[in-house]
Amino acid sequence: NLLGVRHILLVLSGKGGVGKSTICTELALALRHRGHRVGILDVDLCGPSIPRMLRVQDRAVHQCDSGWVPVFVGQDRGIALMSIGFLLERPDDAVVWRGPKKNALIKQFVTDVAWGDLDFLIVDTPPGTSDEHISTVEALRHSKLLGAILVTTPQ
Amino acid sequence: MAEAAGAARPEECPGTGSAQAGRAAACQGCPNQGLCAAGAGGPDPAEAAELRARLRAVRHTVLVLSGKGGVGKSTFSAALAHGLAADEDKQVALLDIDICGPSIPKMMGLEGEQVHQSGSGWSPVYVEENLGVMSVGFLLSSPDDAVIWRGPKKNGLIKQFLRDVDWGEIDYLIVDTPPGTSDEHLSIVQYLSATHIDGAVIVTTPQEISLQDVRKEINFCHKVKLPIIGVVENMSGFVCPKCKKESQIFPPTTGGAEKMCQNLNVSLLGKVPLDPQIGKSCDRGQSFLSEAPESPATLSYRSIIQRIQEYCEQRHSQEEKSI
Repeated sequence: NLLGVRHILLVLSGKGGVGKSTICTELALALRHRGHRVGILDVDLCGPSIPRMLRVQDRAVHQCDSGWVPVFVGQDRGIALMSIGFLLERPDDAVVWRGPKKNALIKQFVTDVAWGDLDFLIVDTPPGTSDEHISTVEALRHSKLLGAILVTTPQ
Repeated sequence: MAEAAGAARPEECPGTGSAQAGRAAACQGCPNQGLCAAGAGGPDPAEAAELRARLRAVRHTVLVLSGKGGVGKSTFSAALAHGLAADEDKQVALLDIDICGPSIPKMMGLEGEQVHQSGSGWSPVYVEENLGVMSVGFLLSSPDDAVIWRGPKKNGLIKQFLRDVDWGEIDYLIVDTPPGTSDEHLSIVQYLSATHIDGAVIVTTPQEISLQDVRKEINFCHKVKLPIIGVVENMSGFVCPKCKKESQIFPPTTGGAEKMCQNLNVSLLGKVPLDPQIGKSCDRGQSFLSEAPESPATLSYRSIIQRIQEYCEQRHSQEEKSI
């Protein structure tokens, strides 16, 4: 499912609340504006911010033969987005999962989403250096991992 | 709707953290039954007894939570610790269970300190005679070392912090947590179930992007039956020191914490304005309350700390009456 993706960017910090999701969103919009095909994979399972930032928090995902169909965002539906935000029954439901369950979903998000052909897949991560980060990098090991962008604030 | 997430949870799910996790009748057929039943959860009875013994001399425990990162949990935890320890008759302990991003050592001016072992266990690092601190930060050989651990290893360290640290007799144990609702949060609630938690203080900023995550945290508290002392709204407005005009740097587009608290029937403990001195004090490891005693932010913090103390004392006297 990642064969059609040309470049993958991980957006990391260590610190929370520095603007990772904001940068992911703006980067995706800017790349789309330049005519690229863009996808966002939101692996922040406890605090998924991207759906709201792109005003698609009320959408749901569907399955097709090749896996889950991402939510297409924007007037031209030119940004593909996958987030646990779309899988919650209610938006305020807490995802109270330990590591192994988080790892299983991240693997599914990486391998079972029908991204199609993308120039850039941007991966938004939660703060820290733990299960989500290890699992995401492991699942993307065989793909074209372009690199990581690290976000911080001045303090 | 997709299978792998909470949508697959059975109607009568006892909760992944409960003693019945994986074992209740409703668990049959749930894809996570094996995981829950494997006791990826709380302490076994022997461990619970050990933790209970170690924490017997702790009068009050307050968890500082958010759902969102970077809203000021550690900043608030540090201020709460300093505020409570201002009364020299009170013994205060600050436990930092943010394993990946431990901010407390730096904020308390304790960077570079090491933990010492004695016959009675690990010794906390003391800022004042009556204020002791424990954090993974003290166990790293360099402050830039990344702690790249999966859940089970983090849980193990948290258990050690509770079981092996010789806290002594404490009036207030404050636990600073990382953002989220995951291993660290489940573990601390489960391990502390061996003793007693007065409640949680939940920290947010005014924006909907934060409140969205904080509502989840409030639901987490309800799920694990953790009482909520109240919500603190940080970064709530900025008063320019030159022209004195107030600006909303993080506008409360959906009503801020005040509206959220009304809707969810939880207490709003207070709003703390943005003060650049807060960030500076944290970076320098100084107590903001001491460095800027006249700041509106300090006045807010003090009022909030007072309310937390009153809540804890009231619960204590209610429990004593019911015995």
